[in-house]
Amino acid sequence: MNSRDKILSNIRQSLTSSQKNLSSSDERKQAVRRRIGSHPRGIIPDLSSKHKLLTLFQEKVEASEASYSKVKSYVDAAAEIQQYLRQHNLPQRIRMGKDKRFKKLKWGKGDSPQIQTGPSDGKDFVCLSHAQGGICETGTLVLTSGPDNPTSLNFLPETHIILVNKKDLQENYEDSWKALRRGFGRGKLSRTVNMITGPSRSADIEQTLILGAHGPLRLHVIVVDEAK
Amino acid sequence: MKISSPEFKNNACNALDDNQLQGALRHVRKNFVKKRADARRDLPEFDALRDSARAIKDHTLAHLDLYLEHYEKKVIESGGKVHWATNAAEARGIIMDICRKSNARTVTKGKSMITEEISLNEFLEANEIQPVETDLGEYIIQLRGENPSHIIAPAVHLNMDQIRDEFRKAHTHLPAERSMDEPETLLREARQILRDKFLSADVGITGANFLVAETGSSLIVTNEGNGDLTQIIPRIHVVVASIEKIVPTLEDMAQITRVLARSATGQETTVYSTLSTGPKRKTDEDGPEEYHVVLLDNGRSSMLGTEFSEMLRCIRCGACMNHCPVYQAIGGHAYGWVYPGPMGSVLTPTLIGIDKAGHLPNASTFCGRCEAVCPMHIPLPKMMRFWREREFEQHLSAPSHRRNLTLWAWFAKHPSLYRFVTSIGMRILAIWGGSAKRINWLPMAGGWTKFRVLPAPEGPTFIRQYQRAKRNAR
Ligand code: SF4
Repeated sequence: MNSRDKILSNIRQSLTSSQKNLSSSDERKQAVRRRIGSHPRGIIPDLSSKHKLLTLFQEKVEASEASYSKVKSYVDAAAEIQQYLRQHNLPQRIRMGKDKRFKKLKWGKGDSPQIQTGPSDGKDFVCLSHAQGGICETGTLVLTSGPDNPTSLNFLPETHIILVNKKDLQENYEDSWKALRRGFGRGKLSRTVNMITGPSRSADIEQTLILGAHGPLRLHVIVVDEAK
Repeated sequence: MKISSPEFKNNACNALDDNQLQGALRHVRKNFVKKRADARRDLPEFDALRDSARAIKDHTLAHLDLYLEHYEKKVIESGGKVHWATNAAEARGIIMDICRKSNARTVTKGKSMITEEISLNEFLEANEIQPVETDLGEYIIQLRGENPSHIIAPAVHLNMDQIRDEFRKAHTHLPAERSMDEPETLLREARQILRDKFLSADVGITGANFLVAETGSSLIVTNEGNGDLTQIIPRIHVVVASIEKIVPTLEDMAQITRVLARSATGQETTVYSTLSTGPKRKTDEDGPEEYHVVLLDNGRSSMLGTEFSEMLRCIRCGACMNHCPVYQAIGGHAYGWVYPGPMGSVLTPTLIGIDKAGHLPNASTFCGRCEAVCPMHIPLPKMMRFWREREFEQHLSAPSHRRNLTLWAWFAKHPSLYRFVTSIGMRILAIWGGSAKRINWLPMAGGWTKFRVLPAPEGPTFIRQYQRAKRNAR
């Protein structure tokens, strides 16, 4: 017997010997199929007493030590990004993926930043990503991997800027799974799904919280209120 | 990892004498406990979520074989490989094979207790592969040649001075006179050094907080981002996870992560929660080319259905140790193996044997706080009692211990004699306590009184008082 079979048969043996009326193997298989198929939601935190979802999202993003702003269009988003870079004395040089929505960013004439595309090699100061969704419950951005938004951009730069469309904000994690299933199909996901809540941090030195561990030191979240 | 659990008593004494450690442990008492309480207060559904989390794990464990099969199928579908390991040696062998095939020389590691359980670092080093711990706490203790003293805050036993000294010793290429007064500076230094390691590693090894059967994904939760750099930069990503990490669906995962971060650090969620599914896809421009999962049993399948079965619900949040008066007093190293605190006192004997770990379930005041705060409702005190019984049945407890118990049992069966002897004893103790009514030292109990003050008994015994009250009531 190989290790796989040994482990599985040991599990079955332990379960049978301890549960006098273990349901038949067909019933058990059905229970598993049913749960995966129907993926019941369980207890969901009630956010109805909290303010409007967008306000809640902003509050939670800021509580996570990220900065937040909201713009009316992708054109405005470009201006907001440039403004942010100036404000923080960052070079006007940005790495980003091939997300189509980036095409709508209109950089100011004359001072348009230098744009690089493709994955990061760790030498970038600023990277830009577009999130697939945002979770208001915790102020979390949901990013999926692919040439549109390579995962390395989420972790290697010192400053990470994330755009999220207001239409893609969801109340809770469960709504966000629904959107993922719609995008990738049942039981499938992109290679990486990053749920990001604030810039990286560590409390390993005397439990003092310090921002900027191995991931970005700064995270700026921009909600774009433009119909897609 | 070397096992020093049999020397628990000595370890504990040394820990109590260690002023530096005692200072560091104050952070555990202060921070962790308060943060969890605040987080619980802020989420009205917290207790309902705990019940939900327990139900999910119970259902999963009752169908563990089937969920594992489904999970395996999904991993394969997404292009990954699943390797099954019945024990630690097999798991190490599998990982070594993967490293050899790719001629790996360095391995970066995300924080993972399971790789501590299988002593992976020692093994890799012995095979000329350099493992680099990348979680800041793990990195520090790796430099010091130590083991983690806490399952989520591995360097909680150290203070800033010790960390600074270690960095000066290890990072000799940096100017010796550099300023290192702020914790920020230390963190930046570690970031810089580990950056190069991330970028040059051949293999990245992480654990998993959950394995999701529905999608064949592994989830890790971190705050530093080190786990993510470990699993996206190197050419090969290896996940090492024990079989009970499985949950059926993404919804089930979310139920449990809601209580996990709050119980661990008091956060609503960690900064990064990352699902990894298979290797990078054809069109992806980054991510690992190979994705391997090593599924480790190491005794767990035999725990199913026994009195220790419920331990398999554990999500390694650390709340039980944060709230344990024994852990708070002696820290994690005294427990002598990978898992400290109440969860370790239950788990360690199942993994290394009650003959070696018998002291651990005895190191409990049975105050019940661990069970009260455990997000998965694991009855830790009950299970420690099971171990005590087993230890006694197997004649593993010390002869003096057994003699005393037998003696006590004999007296307890002879109530009048018992009362006579205890009343004499009490009178002696009362005199011994003197006017301060405190006993700082007792013959044959110096070990006990060294760290505690025994209040001298005052007034008559309970039975005396009871009888008197009954008489007066008549
Ligand atoms: S036993 Fe409970 S409290 Fe302790 S680590 Fe496990 S889940 Fe957390």
